[in-house]
Amino acid sequence: MSYTKRFDNRKFDEMRKIEAKVDIIPRADGSAMFKIGDTVAIAAVYGPRSLHPKFLQDPEKGILRCNYTMMPFSVSERIRPGPSRRSTEISLVTSKSLLPVLDLTKFPNAVVDVFIQIIQANAGTRCAGICAASMALAHAGIPMKDMVAAVSVGKVGDKIVIDLNKEEEDYEDGATDIPVAMTGRNHEITLLQLDGEVTKEELMKGLEMARKGCLDIIEIQKKALREAIKENQNE
Amino acid sequence: MIKVGILIKEKSIVVPGDIIAEGMDYLPSLGCFREGKHVVSERLGLLNVDNRFIKVIPLTGSYVPKVGDTVIGEVKDMSFGAWFIDIGCAYDGTLMVRDATEFVEKDADLAQVYNFGDFVVAKIVKITRHSSIHITTKGPGLRKIQGGKVISVTPSKVPRVIGKQGSMVSMIKDGTNCTIVVGQNGKIWINGKNPDDELLATEAILKVENESHIDGLTDKIKAFLEKKK
Repeated sequence: MSYTKRFDNRKFDEMRKIEAKVDIIPRADGSAMFKIGDTVAIAAVYGPRSLHPKFLQDPEKGILRCNYTMMPFSVSERIRPGPSRRSTEISLVTSKSLLPVLDLTKFPNAVVDVFIQIIQANAGTRCAGICAASMALAHAGIPMKDMVAAVSVGKVGDKIVIDLNKEEEDYEDGATDIPVAMTGRNHEITLLQLDGEVTKEELMKGLEMARKGCLDIIEIQKKALREAIKENQNE
Repeated sequence: MIKVGILIKEKSIVVPGDIIAEGMDYLPSLGCFREGKHVVSERLGLLNVDNRFIKVIPLTGSYVPKVGDTVIGEVKDMSFGAWFIDIGCAYDGTLMVRDATEFVEKDADLAQVYNFGDFVVAKIVKITRHSSIHITTKGPGLRKIQGGKVISVTPSKVPRVIGKQGSMVSMIKDGTNCTIVVGQNGKIWINGKNPDDELLATEAILKVENESHIDGLTDKIKAFLEKKK
């Protein structure tokens, strides 16, 4: 059986509705919310601040610590709060996807903490988390060479689609999920994971789709950042 | 034809990754960098073009120490010849004994001069490449804080609290009979004759912080102070 029409009537290269908002947590140095369809992520950035214990410090540059957590009520069946095998992995890939654009050489021995909370999940949470974290870092005034956006592409049945939702991820004839993160100007891939089966041609088609999606997301991110400043500037 | 020059209007808001200028006519300074033929922003801030220099003035984020800034900080630690002052950024400010206002005898107990938890008004004299910050309490208005209270505001809102040529802060001073010292790091020392005055000054400053985007804020704060008197 082939997958002819998407469950939520989207086109195959159409993302879910995106909303982005910056400056949502007053106590944090930078914060942002990113919503794609029913997936909602919030990110808070603290720092640069002094890092303890001392053996973790790097005298040449600052370090980035990402912390990805899903809230217990974010999915239909409660998940146990606290770190898990899955969230540890996602924290790691998130920091690796953000580091290429960050310039932390001005903050030796210091740390920048990024806390990502998924408050509602419907597939694509790590991508939403990266998008929120990228905005929050920019809002915190950390020097960044570029913005990072992420979106998942994948194969549902026999079709290549962008931004899978939970229903598509659990498609009975098999689905492949490929989260991709990209920078804005040079379209460099900073995250690429793959869960499932896909041919080379399908992967390239998916990446091209992801590139278009990421560029759209970066525009939305930049708009949200500008709006956050304008609110404070009485224009 | 390749477009050369500034691509974004001056005084507009730029975000990281924005291409500000094309060609080699402009030089990047604070908050931006050169990548091939482009000058690219690396901060969220206000674009400023001064002759051929492009600068991005950051508008958000935590306090970035600058030489010459007056800051207010708390004594966190001390060693043989220096105090370490928390000034609200990633690195503690180092206050050497010779830079202290008070004369300190050889082998004296430093805690007798500035103890843990004391607040000082200090000036940043030097920032090394490795981000050690040297501060001094020698100079007019620089000293240990006695009496009053210290409150915090977001560092990016400090210019609003001070106002144009200090108009906002001097109005709050006059309206509440308090002495107010504003540190660039967002710490503000308020010292009044009685606690009610200090409370009123605190309320006024927090009002400025929360409503910093409103037009005619000076008049609004003036009306607020007169009403409360």
